Amino acid sequence: MSVRSPLRTRASVAAGRLTAWLSRSSGLGRGGMIGGRVTLALDPLALRRLGRERTVVLVTGTNGKTTTSLMLTRALETLAEVAANSDGANMPDGVLAALTARPGAPYAVLEVDETYVPWVADQVRPAVLVLLNLSRDQLDRVGEVRAVERELRAAIAGLTGTVVVANCDDVLVTSAASAAAKAVWVSAGPRWTGDSTACPRCEGRVETRERHWECGCGLTRPEPGWTLDGDLVRTPGGRQVDLDLRLPGEVNRANAALALAAAHRLGVPPHTAAARLRTITDIGGRYRTIRRSRHSVRLMLAKNPAGWVETLRVLDEDTPVVVAVNAQEADGRDLSWLWDVHFERLRGRQVVVTGQRGADLSVRLRYAEVAHWAEPDPVTAIDALPPGAVELVANYTAFRELVGRLPGG
Amino acid sequence: MGDSLVHIGLLLPEVLGTYGDTGNAQVLAKRLQWRGFDAEVVPVGLGDPVPSTLDLYLLGGGEDGAQVLAAAHLRRYPGLRRAAAAGAVVFGVCAGLQVLGTRFRGLDGVDHDGLGLLDVTTEPGEQRAVAELVATPPRLLDGEALTGFENHLGVSKLGAGSEPLGRVVRGTGNGDGTEGAVTDRVVGTYLHGPALARNPALADLLLAWTIGHPLSPLPLTEVERLRGERLAVPRRRR
Ligand SMILES: [Zn+2]
Repeated sequence: MSVRSPLRTRASVAAGRLTAWLSRSSGLGRGGMIGGRVTLALDPLALRRLGRERTVVLVTGTNGKTTTSLMLTRALETLAEVAANSDGANMPDGVLAALTARPGAPYAVLEVDETYVPWVADQVRPAVLVLLNLSRDQLDRVGEVRAVERELRAAIAGLTGTVVVANCDDVLVTSAASAAAKAVWVSAGPRWTGDSTACPRCEGRVETRERHWECGCGLTRPEPGWTLDGDLVRTPGGRQVDLDLRLPGEVNRANAALALAAAHRLGVPPHTAAARLRTITDIGGRYRTIRRSRHSVRLMLAKNPAGWVETLRVLDEDTPVVVAVNAQEADGRDLSWLWDVHFERLRGRQVVVTGQRGADLSVRLRYAEVAHWAEPDPVTAIDALPPGAVELVANYTAFRELVGRLPGG
Repeated sequence: MGDSLVHIGLLLPEVLGTYGDTGNAQVLAKRLQWRGFDAEVVPVGLGDPVPSTLDLYLLGGGEDGAQVLAAAHLRRYPGLRRAAAAGAVVFGVCAGLQVLGTRFRGLDGVDHDGLGLLDVTTEPGEQRAVAELVATPPRLLDGEALTGFENHLGVSKLGAGSEPLGRVVRGTGNGDGTEGAVTDRVVGTYLHGPALARNPALADLLLAWTIGHPLSPLPLTEVERLRGERLAVPRRRR
């Protein structure tokens, strides 16, 4: 076994590459995913071997995984080559494909779907685990967020060599990260609290006062080492770093604060890291503005209630908004979450509703008293608006479809 | 009740609010306001006594542990049972339906007392029902089909004291071909989340009971379009 294993890994990596190349060239799909799947099937221990050879950072949370991973990758590239699944393929096969693609890279930054963190972390034994936030996501597909928190907590308790960099303004994240042998707490700003008014430990009520929160059972907000304050990040050493990102919104500043703390842990000075973060202008097409003949359209992705809340905050005032909603497998078939999002914020704007499940959104907007009209085709929806800027917000498959159809998108 | 204020109680939203359940309160309030009634949503939190003075009570969906906690809270504070005995309207969704029943069994195999407002007992089934649910035609709703989404493991049995809300056309519902339960003015259903947004006839039935007389029609083109779309969807392959 011990003699044969390295050879077997190399052979199965080669087989995986071949499949990846085949699937890319035949247009079957995203090569990274299929290639990783084949490798894992041929050699279940491949991830362990490929991961343990280097310094691995895992990034997880409900929202911001891709963005934060890209930020960390940019920062760590100042040290050495970095393997990363920057295409957002965050299941075990995508993670493996990223490691396979850059076998010599001494660092790896891997975003991992929350539900796969226990397994992936056990395989690769990460140096750092970044925990961004936890809130409800596609309820019909993934288990409830509290179960996810419990599993993360149990996994973290077993990762004795891992530093957990965690957002202490998020109650569920704090509960999970409290199990860490070493935690670095980052105050990234309070966000969505819809899933944490009841304590994850005792179901009691969590009392909140400005940034502080606590529960009667003893679960309480730890004192942060790093604090995001407006556009500034204060470091544990008392230094201030001006973020000045090119990505919009408070949510991306929160991602940046966590990325700076994690990069610092691996030896990248905060100012150096921040400079690298400023080179990022879009995340896989998100936040990118594309020009059409009469319109400039800013593309935004929102995948779950917390993501929608953040995205609605980022929208330019007085700019018409096209909102596209699908309910494919990858989006979650259940659209109940529409009622957890404060769409009332869209009142007074020009709003066009589109996507395969535009009718559901339309009912939600009617009850939110947001005047709007419906146009089944998203591109026609854009073209029907007066010339000028357009904000386009879409959920996962609606976004992917649109990026595929809009030239330059 | 006429021109007075209608109080809509939203019970324990922090534990019974998994599936956009506040949407039902919002739908009821808007359907009253758009017809000239005053309406107010009153959230009742964990740790707060449950008032018996509200006109209509809503219970949403929740996880296993949260559901046990909610049932304990509602047994400890008798406000909801008192109000129901006095004729208040009660609407429970998913975990809410189970809590309104006489007894439900948790995943740990432990039986918990419900409130006994519905003659329903619930046990965990073998596989989770996660799908679009269509039920028709409920006796109370003039043949308007019920449409919604379900996501639950529970299998519910009705006793003689409750009748089903509808018969399942697509999906699982209670598990024996029926869907939901009704006793007097207490209604439970597995149509979760914004069930009342998709089923305006059910919303208006609850409101008519609350007000004491039928309400004027309120046609909403958006709702008609959504119902048309959802009821036309062919059965999904499993
Ligand atoms: Zn607690």
